[in-house]
Amino acid sequence: MNIHEYQAKELFDRFQVPSPRGAVASTPAEAEAAARQFSGAKLVIKAQVHAGGRGKGHFKNGFQGGVHLIESPEQAAELASKMLNETLVTVQTGEAGKLVSKVMVAEAVDITHEYYLAILMDRATSRPVIVVSTEGGMSIEDVAHNTPEKIIRQFVHPLLGLQAYEVRKLSAALGLSGDIAKQFAKLIGNLYKLFISCDCAMVEINPLVTTPDGRVLALDAKFGFDDNALYRHPDIVAMRDKSEEDPREVAASEFDLNYIGLDGNIACLVNGAGLAMATMDIIKHFGGDPANFLDVGGGASKEQVTAAFKIILGDPNVKGILINIFGGIMDCNIIAEGVIAAAKETGLPIPLVVRLEGNNVDMGKATLAASGLNIVAASDMSDAAKKIVAAVQ
Amino acid sequence: MSILVDENSKILVQGITGSFGARHASLSLAYGSQLVAGVTPGKGGQKFENVVPIFDTVSQAVNETGATASAIFVPPPFAADAILEAADAGIELIVCITEGIPVMDMMRVKEALRGSKSRLLGPNCPGIVTPGRGEKSHGGCRIGIAPGYIHKRGNVGVVSRSGTLTYEAVFQLTALGYGQSTCVGIGGDPINGTNHLEVLEMFNNDPETEAIIMIGEIGGNAEVDAARWAKEHCKKPIAGFIAGATAPPGRRMGHAGAIVGGEEDTAQAKKRILAECGIAVAETPSDMATTLLAHWGK
Repeated sequence: MNIHEYQAKELFDRFQVPSPRGAVASTPAEAEAAARQFSGAKLVIKAQVHAGGRGKGHFKNGFQGGVHLIESPEQAAELASKMLNETLVTVQTGEAGKLVSKVMVAEAVDITHEYYLAILMDRATSRPVIVVSTEGGMSIEDVAHNTPEKIIRQFVHPLLGLQAYEVRKLSAALGLSGDIAKQFAKLIGNLYKLFISCDCAMVEINPLVTTPDGRVLALDAKFGFDDNALYRHPDIVAMRDKSEEDPREVAASEFDLNYIGLDGNIACLVNGAGLAMATMDIIKHFGGDPANFLDVGGGASKEQVTAAFKIILGDPNVKGILINIFGGIMDCNIIAEGVIAAAKETGLPIPLVVRLEGNNVDMGKATLAASGLNIVAASDMSDAAKKIVAAVQ
Repeated sequence: MSILVDENSKILVQGITGSFGARHASLSLAYGSQLVAGVTPGKGGQKFENVVPIFDTVSQAVNETGATASAIFVPPPFAADAILEAADAGIELIVCITEGIPVMDMMRVKEALRGSKSRLLGPNCPGIVTPGRGEKSHGGCRIGIAPGYIHKRGNVGVVSRSGTLTYEAVFQLTALGYGQSTCVGIGGDPINGTNHLEVLEMFNNDPETEAIIMIGEIGGNAEVDAARWAKEHCKKPIAGFIAGATAPPGRRMGHAGAIVGGEEDTAQAKKRILAECGIAVAETPSDMATTLLAHWGK
């Protein structure tokens, strides 16, 4: 789940991680009011979208750039009117771009130095790890590639938490001293509290800056949250912006379907995440292009299969469907009945290959054969993949 | 021999009265496993299917029945607590089926289990099966949610992150006449109790296991760590399959742990490293058993 820049700032404010002053606006009037609120400071206005590259992007109405300096409160209103409810295209959004419903008016800070600071869960050690570098404001992957010695990691004990000596080590690694070091210590203690309290998978601040007037600020932030923990963070769930997500995925989540949309033309419906990934792989192996990942889990009720069909058939790219079910506990005949009921409700305008195996498979296959629908049966996964690839060609 | 469990292992089910736990406790009983107790706080004194005593706590269940393994079918908000309770009660093998436990809960549980005599399998795993010697492998030890009837007692060890892909491999092996010593599902979460490497070590030391299938997917280093260990230490032929070659980077593919972090944990990188370590890599999921048999010289 992603969040907007202004929401990241809300979290930072809540946990007292310093960032430039700012306010979010949904109308030009609000943008103007925000600019007045910060009068005297140098200000920028920034389109709020879940994508980077905003500064170099362009709007579909012809307006250039999703980030602008503001000279006056009136100009804030004017710029806001050119951005709000318009579509911003950046290198990260793709051609379709993203609709801008909010802008943020924020203090433009002068920068003495840019640092990198992140906290993430390290799988290998099962611990949180704090990553810092003096090389902020650029791609950390490039730093890792070119000057890996400039990336310093500090693992934190999962039960003891962040210790003062660990903060001092990080501070020393960044060459900080005096009051700046004190501010950094406070910032990182609070950031770590945020990371743990909000069940984050990752928080990345790039850049973390020092300013000529002696402040330490988080200038930009990326958050990742542990999906498994969202049930205990309704306030973070409330930050979800469905308009920024693939509509197919939004629809799927409403039926508890684990769905990820891709660009291909062969849709899949599978039980089990590993098997679902393997199904996409085998389609590709035989020359096809998967349209999605879809794990119906252990349930695969008639309602879910119907919902899945509707989402799949609503995708204009899809030219064929492959259903691959290993019925362990699940009864293959129940799957067959669910598929037939769904296909009769939605119609079946494209080829459907079904591979069933496992519990009560013979009855399941017989049910499909007797359905009167154009359903091609497959014996194993290779057979299924070859058949659907051939059918969409 | 098998590893970790066999037909004599006494098992209990935590969460036995929930619908998911009940269904699979029932299937394990039908499979002939030694299900000796259930635990649901507040339901102590009742009986499951008129046969299995239910207790309020794992400690009571262990004291009364001598159970040494536990299957946890407890919802995510309470599952970490259930794992810790089982460890406290001296359960030797804790199999946590639950999907959806917060990663930080598992981080803390894993730290707490350091130095404990309990082994944790999972979470978010299908469990473990040592097949029996009866009809359709009846009489074996089935902990978790795997379909018992697809198994056959034999000499191939199977270790996997994915449930249904395990069933594919087992089904293929059984159909070709090759049975399994033990099938271990380590689960799909990024922080878990047991990894491929530890299971390979156990298979390597198990006289009954002669060959191994290892199934992995994108995300994390578990498979390559295991492969590098196997290259130096494993005497038995291994075939592998890695799912997720077509997974887009940065997306979580169902399993919490199935997310590409960098260049090294893609399917392609893992397959390459497995092959470099002498593991026969199956091209497709339908070739897992045949790839093993060819590599094994059968």
